[in-house]
Amino acid sequence: MTPDSLSNAFFSVVRRDLLLAYRHRAELINPLAFFVMVVTMFPLAVGADVELLRRIAPGVIWVAALLASLLSMDAIFRSDFEDGSLELMVMTPHPLSVLVLAKVTAHWLLSGVPLLLVSPLLAVMFDIESDVISVLLITLLLGTPVLSLIGAIAVALTVGLRKGGVLLAILVLPLYVPVLIFASGAVDAAASGLPVSGQLYMMSAMLFLAITLTPWPTAAALKMSLS
Amino acid sequence: MSDFLHMGGYAFYVWTSYGIAFVVMLIGIIKPLLVHKQQLRGLKLKRQRGQR
Amino acid sequence: MIMRFLHKFSSPPYFYSISGRLLPWLTALFLALLAYGLYGGLVTAPADYQQGDSFRIIYVHVPAAWMSMFIYVVMAVSGAIGLIWRIKLAEIVSISSAPIGASFTLLALITGSLWGKPMWGTWWVWDARLTSELILLFLYLGVIGLYSAIEDNRTASRAVAILALVGVVNIPIIHYSVEWWSSLHQGPTVTKFAKPSIHIDMLIPLLVMAVAFKVYYVIALLLRSRNELVQREQGSRWLDEILENK
Repeated sequence: MTPDSLSNAFFSVVRRDLLLAYRHRAELINPLAFFVMVVTMFPLAVGADVELLRRIAPGVIWVAALLASLLSMDAIFRSDFEDGSLELMVMTPHPLSVLVLAKVTAHWLLSGVPLLLVSPLLAVMFDIESDVISVLLITLLLGTPVLSLIGAIAVALTVGLRKGGVLLAILVLPLYVPVLIFASGAVDAAASGLPVSGQLYMMSAMLFLAITLTPWPTAAALKMSLS
Repeated sequence: MSDFLHMGGYAFYVWTSYGIAFVVMLIGIIKPLLVHKQQLRGLKLKRQRGQR
Repeated sequence: MIMRFLHKFSSPPYFYSISGRLLPWLTALFLALLAYGLYGGLVTAPADYQQGDSFRIIYVHVPAAWMSMFIYVVMAVSGAIGLIWRIKLAEIVSISSAPIGASFTLLALITGSLWGKPMWGTWWVWDARLTSELILLFLYLGVIGLYSAIEDNRTASRAVAILALVGVVNIPIIHYSVEWWSSLHQGPTVTKFAKPSIHIDMLIPLLVMAVAFKVYYVIALLLRSRNELVQREQGSRWLDEILENK
């Protein structure tokens, strides 16, 4: 790996983001805590009927994952935008879309993976059977990167704005709909004993589509925000 | 004529639909027209004051 | 030849004067089509076998839904043109289309709801088409919100073009997934209007109304584009000359 190679650049960006996050590791807990708390709200709101809870659990967990992902999204580019490192990244000879992919990868490692680790616990709280839990985990594994990838586009569009927060949600939630539909569809099917391969294939397709297509509009949006 | 207005019992739904469509589309024309008048007036004032 | 025409057409003063002269004719055309379509839809077309006279709502509901989708595509394409070739008029057409498209989407939802209530008994049904239309409304609101949040008009146009393009790619995906989702719980979709053979007397007013709505879109678009143009071109000579002559 030569110092200037693309893969070197990719991994340095990932390493840098992970290191920066580690230095503020207390903040990593926030989206996770939010996730758990939102999920907890639902039984309080709809009553403790086990049957009902088991039925709504996949949807609830997934919506909570969506919202938690939204919360942590803003951080992807903001600090780099504010201290000027984003401009430096734009100016490097490496294609910006690859660097964007690196940042999104780091973001997913920091926000998506913790969700993956905690959700079995939440699933048990909703009395979901273990084979359904494994399907849930697969959907989260396939889906949370897509959330990060698509969310990055919206963050890149709003990073220059002072009050980007709610606008970010409005921009990105419609785009999350297919992921939500197929993910909760898969878990529902698993809970009814039906095959899930169709839904999971759709989710894999969305993942690969997102990996290949989203870095470009994200890079274009970053350049626009910096201008 | 009253048959026409009655719309086979569905009068409320049919006429409300057409009514709302009419209002929305009318506003879509009137509002830009008003804005245009306002704009030209404002720009003329600016010119008269010798500003750019 | 075409490039020269496009070049001339996209010059602000030319566009302003041409659109000004076209508007009265377009208005006349719109009113004529509207009168013909309304008469056909409300009077001539026979009442539907199953739905009675309530089906007449389709003469505003369906054209509105068609326009909501058509306008989004126009918004995305003109946004792309503005983004790639930095043509100001393309940017203006793109953002001026957004509120018009959003209005049609809202109209489609409201009339859809009013059509649904006598048919299915509820004001809202989570069926594929209405749900997709609702998401389309959110996509429009996102475009409008993003544009108003960015101060510089040209930067805002770039942002909105990116967003519209991402949206236009996603719309088929969203539509397909919502259809799949809806088929899980409901069986064949309820909003299907008699697909196989639609009476010619019912079809023609529908097509006429569709064209009328397109003409309306052009009228509203020209009006809004002129305003956006005037705002962006403040202080330019051609505008000053027009103000002098008024």
